Amino acid sequence: MTTPGSTAEQTETIRLRVNGVTHEVDVPPRRLLSDALRHDLGLTGTHVGCEHGVCGACTILVDGQPTRACLMFAIAAQEYELTTVEGMTRPDGSLGPVQQAFKDCHGLQCGFCTPGFITTIEAGLEENPDPTPEEARDMISGNLCRCTGYQNIVKSVRRAAELKRENPTGEGAGQ
Amino acid sequence: MKPAAFTYQRPTTLTQALAAYAAAPEAKVLAGGQSLIPLMSMRLTSVPELIDINGIEELSHIHVERGQGVRFGAIVRHAQLHAHAEAREVQPLLHAALSHVAHATIRNRGTTVGSIVHADASGEMPMIMSLLGGTLTVASVEGRREITAEDLFIGPLETSLQAGEIAVEAFVPALPARHGVAFDEIARRHGDYALCGVGAIVGLDADGAIEHVRAGYVSVSETPAVVDLTGCFPDGELTEQGLKDAAELALTHLEPEADIHASAEYRAQLARTLTTRVVAAAHADAGARANAEVTA
Repeated sequence: MTTPGSTAEQTETIRLRVNGVTHEVDVPPRRLLSDALRHDLGLTGTHVGCEHGVCGACTILVDGQPTRACLMFAIAAQEYELTTVEGMTRPDGSLGPVQQAFKDCHGLQCGFCTPGFITTIEAGLEENPDPTPEEARDMISGNLCRCTGYQNIVKSVRRAAELKRENPTGEGAGQ
Repeated sequence: MKPAAFTYQRPTTLTQALAAYAAAPEAKVLAGGQSLIPLMSMRLTSVPELIDINGIEELSHIHVERGQGVRFGAIVRHAQLHAHAEAREVQPLLHAALSHVAHATIRNRGTTVGSIVHADASGEMPMIMSLLGGTLTVASVEGRREITAEDLFIGPLETSLQAGEIAVEAFVPALPARHGVAFDEIARRHGDYALCGVGAIVGLDADGAIEHVRAGYVSVSETPAVVDLTGCFPDGELTEQGLKDAAELALTHLEPEADIHASAEYRAQLARTLTTRVVAAAHADAGARANAEVTA
C-alpha cells in the first residue's frame, strides 16, 4: 500500500438487504454503510452530514431500529434488514405518513436533514404511536436541522401519528 | 472523513476471536463502534485490522441475579440493557444513567461494555462501574481474568487491558437493602456529552440514619472520579450544611477543565449544584426503598 502505484484496495463481495431488495456489491472493508448506500447502490436519499454520528442526517433503520449509517461499516451490515427513506413510501409509491406529515406541516426547508428525521420518526411512532409534544421533541433530539425548523418538525411528528392512526394499513414499505 | 484501509474479520466464536487477536495484537475490536468508527473516520486512530465481535452469539447475554447483580455480554446494546425491566429493578442506577448515554439512535448500536472499555471520563458508564464497584471480565488465549473498576481505569481513555485481551462481560452489583440512588447531568442538549454529570448512592442504617454516601462524576476529571462523602453527614441526618460540605469536599477531588462548551468555573459550579441535588435525591430514594422493604 505504501508502494507508489499500488493503489488498488482489496474488496470483498457483500450482500446488503435494503428496502426488501438484496444487492450484491464489491466494497473495501472501510466502506461506511452511508457511502455504500449512496455510491454503490445509488440510494442517495440517505444524506451524509457530519460523518461522525452527531447530525443524524444519515439515520436509517437497521432491523427497524434507527441507526447512524455513518457509524457502521457496510461489510458489517449484511445480516440486517435495512430501511432507508426510499423505503418510507406507501406500497403504491405515494408518500408515507411521516413524509406526508412533513409536507402538510412545512416540516422541511432545505430538506438536507429530512431523511434522517423521517426514518427516526417512523421508528419512534412504532414504539410510541401517540407522542405528547414533549415526547415528540425527545424522539427527534438526536437529529440536527440547521434551518432550525424544529417547531414544524415537532408538529409533523404529531401529524404523522394522526395519519398513521387514520390509515394504519397503509404503512411504509420495509415493515 | 473516511477511515484508512484495514483488513476485517468477523469471527463467530470467542475462541476464534481470541486466536485472531493473539495473532494480530495491533488489531482493534469492533463492538458497537459508536466511538471507534468516528475516531477512525477522523483519523485520530489508525487501525490496521478490525476484529468484529458482533457475530459472537455467546457475548449477547444479560443475566440478572437477584441479590447479586447484573451481568451483561460485550455485544449487549445500551438500548437492550436500558429496556431490561429486571436489570432495572436489581440495579436502578444502571437504568437511570443509561437514559443519559448519547441519543437513542446511538444507544441502539453502541454497547455498554464497549463504552466501559473506551474509558472516557465524560462517559456515564465508566463512572457507574467505578461508583458501584463493578468488575469486568476479560479473555485472551491465555485464559480469563476479572478486573475491578478500581484497577481498570488507569488514564484518560486508557484501561489496564493487555494486548490480546477482549472484554467479554461486565458485572454490576445489585442495590443492597436500605440503599437509594440518583443520577443527573447537565448537557447543552439531552444526549450530548455532559458538561457535568453526577451519580450518587446513599445507604441508611436500620433506624434510617445515613450510613454512607458516595458520588461519582462525569466530565470533570481525567479518569472516572468517585468521592466518599459520608463524613459530611456526621449525625446521620441530611442537612443543608452537610450537602454544602459534600459539594466542597467533592470539588477537592475533581479537576474541571475549560473547553469550548464551558469554563472550568462553570463546570465546578455544576458539580456543586448537582452534588447537592443528586445526593438529596439518592437519600430520598433510599428512604422510600427502605419503607417499601419494611412494608413488603
